[in-house]
Amino acid sequence: MPIIEAIELSKTYRVAQKKEGLRGALRGLFRREYREVHAVEGVSFTIEPGEMVAFLGPNGAGKTTTLKMLSGLIYPTSGTARVLGYVPWERADAFRRSFSLVMGQKNQLWWDLPAADSFQLHREIYSLPADQFARTLGELTELFGVGHLVRQPVRELSLGERMKMELIAALLHRPRLLLLDEPTIGLDVVAQVAIQRCLKEYNASRGVTMLLTSHYMRDVEALCSRVLVITHGRLVYDGPLAGITEQFGRSKLVKLQFAGERAPDDLARFGEVTQRDGPAADLKVERSRVPEVMSAILERYTVIDMSVHDPPLDQVIARVFEEARAKHEANGEAR
Amino acid sequence: MKPMAKLVDVGGAGLPALGPASGALRKYIRIFRVALIERMAYRSDFFLSTFLRFLPMLTTILLWQAVYTGAGADELAGYTLHQMIAYLLLVHISRMFSSMPGLAHSIARDIRDGGLKKYLLQPIDMIAYLVSYRVAHKTAYIVTSALPYAVLFFLCRSFFDRFPDGPTLAAYVLSLLLAFLIGFFFEASIGMIGFWFLEVSSLLYIINTVNFFISGQMLPLDLLPPFWVSLLKALPFQYLAYFPAAVFVGKVQGEELVRGLVAEAAWAAAFIVLARVLYRVGLRRYSAYGG
Repeated sequence: MPIIEAIELSKTYRVAQKKEGLRGALRGLFRREYREVHAVEGVSFTIEPGEMVAFLGPNGAGKTTTLKMLSGLIYPTSGTARVLGYVPWERADAFRRSFSLVMGQKNQLWWDLPAADSFQLHREIYSLPADQFARTLGELTELFGVGHLVRQPVRELSLGERMKMELIAALLHRPRLLLLDEPTIGLDVVAQVAIQRCLKEYNASRGVTMLLTSHYMRDVEALCSRVLVITHGRLVYDGPLAGITEQFGRSKLVKLQFAGERAPDDLARFGEVTQRDGPAADLKVERSRVPEVMSAILERYTVIDMSVHDPPLDQVIARVFEEARAKHEANGEAR
Repeated sequence: MKPMAKLVDVGGAGLPALGPASGALRKYIRIFRVALIERMAYRSDFFLSTFLRFLPMLTTILLWQAVYTGAGADELAGYTLHQMIAYLLLVHISRMFSSMPGLAHSIARDIRDGGLKKYLLQPIDMIAYLVSYRVAHKTAYIVTSALPYAVLFFLCRSFFDRFPDGPTLAAYVLSLLLAFLIGFFFEASIGMIGFWFLEVSSLLYIINTVNFFISGQMLPLDLLPPFWVSLLKALPFQYLAYFPAAVFVGKVQGEELVRGLVAEAAWAAAFIVLARVLYRVGLRRYSAYGG
């Protein structure tokens, strides 16, 4: 049975329109005008147990709205979903006991108390047996390497340490599904990598399913083999990370090393020269033309080394977002 | 780490044989304890602030002495000067139970800023949680200010004619506990308005200002013209200050006392239901529009 099954999920918000100025504000008191915002439109996907899936999309694309529907915070306008076998927005206790939602920008630990007290409270909220709780807590503090910090007030911890404590709190009841909204936001690279490692190990040892949104491609590359790309409320890609470049990357980067002192001057007719340094040059070539360009260059010049690369993933993704926006605006729909 | 062996065993199987109801109660008792620990971190403030709170009492005592001298009367609406001052001291005790600083505001803020989410994501009930939390705060406050209060009341002992007898004292304690419930659920209901309006603080300001007068914090309701007395005694606000204090000084007795307590309990029940209904309807709206 899949862990998450989203079927044609749609969410339309009605937003009150505020008119400018005092007159507009006064009119708004009596008659409000509303505008419909289609935050999510007909999104369908399935996630199997143990998968780690990334949700990518620009700000306002509908990632968080989708996570909110899957965690039962809001109802969809149409469509439905089954999460762990439950309809999430019915908020059954058994459902709430078997998943966690962690939002990088919101903390749920008690600020002035040591994390250990918040963990105890968690134990009561989820009615965890004492022995199981102690064992899980021991394992998690060891995994995250924060055993020595649990007695320190949360306000004295660094941002990275605090995020680790948040994740421990979220995992204490051994959820089968972990929804993560920007788990590494605001963290430095060292802390980001540490969190990635812990999540990965936890996934490997516990088989917990994870769905995460992140702006850091590093997170996605480190954790997820599968990505869902959402732009303007629509799912535009669902597949392996590497497939994004195949589907959306129109060009490849050909790195060339010529014999002699200098790379030839007329390379520009094969493609866009993105870098040139003595005998070395980088050439951006349309994918379909790569074989043709390579043979032409080999025929014409003495080449010492030649390799073909995919463009950096974040550039491809940025392009996907950019194109989706342009298309959306061309369609003339209200955003 | 071993693979998860007991996936299904998350219920409460390790707990001693408790029914689901007492299991839930345990949860909120635990919340109460954690909140209590948190509050105790600030206990040193209490001592001083309790004393400072009573400083205005000095001017109040002088004012009423002047009023009684000016009127040339021993009694006003059945209150001697001593009873009047005893009443005004006792109003502080009423408010210790019935005032809910920040409650409505924090509920409205949680609705607006998304703090409400934690009650929807975790297997926990917001209202029950807030009650546990508030009881903990009140307990911490009452325990830590017991000593300064005792000192103050000892100093002011000459204003009290006599200490109430057992039954009156029991009725007094009951009226205070019900005052807590009315205060809590009234203010929680105001906070729930946050589901419909972004801002409740101006409404709250008006209510608190009016409340100061109509609950009898400023002066005993009996001093007002008969029409106002009967109106204000029909409203729930008198239970937040006037009623418990009047019980203590022996102004409400016998059948009137029983009727008062029954009415107070009825108001408490009514506000409990109101807060629940508003919460349920509000949540439906929240889940449809906001989040």
